[in-house]
Amino acid sequence: MNATCASDFNYIRELVRRHSAIVLEADKDYLIETRLTPLARQAGFASLEALIAALRANSATSTLRNQVVEAITTHETSFFRDFHPFEALKTTVLPELLAKRSSSNVTIWCAACSSGQEPFSIAMLVREHFPTLRNRVRIIATDLSGAILARAKEGLYSQIEVNRGLPAVLLTRYFQRQGLQWRIRPEIRQMVEFRQNNLAESWPPIPPLDIVFMRNILIYFDLGTKKAILAKIRGVLKSSGYLFLGSSETTLNLDAAFEPISMGKSVCYKLRQNQML
Amino acid sequence: MAVLIVDDSKAMRSLLRHILKGAGFEVFEACDGQEALDYLQRTHEINLVLVDWDMPGMDGYAFLQAVRAIPVYHQLRLMMVTAESEIEQISRALAAGADEYVMKPFTRDAVLEKLNLLGILPD
Ligand SMILES: C[S@@+](CC[C@H](N)C(=O)[O-])C[C@H]1O[C@@H](n2cnc3c(N)ncnc32)[C@H](O)[C@@H]1O
Repeated sequence: MNATCASDFNYIRELVRRHSAIVLEADKDYLIETRLTPLARQAGFASLEALIAALRANSATSTLRNQVVEAITTHETSFFRDFHPFEALKTTVLPELLAKRSSSNVTIWCAACSSGQEPFSIAMLVREHFPTLRNRVRIIATDLSGAILARAKEGLYSQIEVNRGLPAVLLTRYFQRQGLQWRIRPEIRQMVEFRQNNLAESWPPIPPLDIVFMRNILIYFDLGTKKAILAKIRGVLKSSGYLFLGSSETTLNLDAAFEPISMGKSVCYKLRQNQML
Repeated sequence: MAVLIVDDSKAMRSLLRHILKGAGFEVFEACDGQEALDYLQRTHEINLVLVDWDMPGMDGYAFLQAVRAIPVYHQLRLMMVTAESEIEQISRALAAGADEYVMKPFTRDAVLEKLNLLGILPD
């Protein structure tokens, strides 16, 4: 069996970048190897090289291409991930928005929502702390991956997943056991609209947003893509809106229109009010 | 921050000890509920107790009830770490005064994220 050569790795890197805008550094070659080798076997190829050869020769199906991108993408997430952004929502952001807009809706977008833990965390938080307002809160959740969105829509989680970050009292209130798994209750599931969307391409129409959660995704993109996405966020975020990024992400040096605001132990971003757009 | 781990399995205690020491806790251990109660009575330095449910002698549920009946331990944070995973049991433990609940098997992240929820991770 031939070892996977540099040009094979480059080919995969390029394929992943074209589909998802995710940039894989050269030191991530091990990731390509460990994640694609099982996929190659499963798809009936003799080796990883054979799989890559088929992709290059354009004889692979688009499903297989998607599976390749899928296998390399990180879907890591958890309920109430990092905790503090959700505290900020509860104690500051939602009370402020709801006070301002006593009649209209609050629209929230979870961009790159993975298997749904993030939008469902927001839905549970609304239900728990703003129960009378749940019909005024609209949560839209998107991801590039059709497979991960299918999981999110299903709302079925393993024990390992519900152990992570989810307060036990919310587990008892909003989940039902189903064999070894846990299903989110319909009242929470129904609060979230899932859609497919590639952040790096043109976006379908998105209503004006009060809150954007776009966490742990910008880090995978190159500088130009990060800037382009932030510029588009500017276009959909209301002037009073809030943007939350992952704990290792920032708008600093990327987009001067955003101003970091400290909220308890987390940071979020607002549009500077004095700018001329 | 000092934590008392209460579990009859030595392997489980050592796994939890490893996780909690790594997170900066000072770690103490007991093998059942009675030993844990005795320990609490002798020393007042414990901030957090992680307690199994099924143990010979005084089990974790009886321990929860006993601790919550003693006003001095009002501030003590209690987290169940157990293989019991029926909703009714989780609800019972919470009603008896558990602050959090982790089901076995668990990952290191799961334990630390729950402690973060309780606001008691050492910096
Ligand atoms: C690490 S997860 C983050 C999940 C969640 N936001 C969180 O912070 O826990 C990244 C997600 O981004 C998705 N993704 C990757 N490239 C994308 C793109 N170009 N557009 C939209 N989503 C993308 C992946 O499918 C994956 O589910």
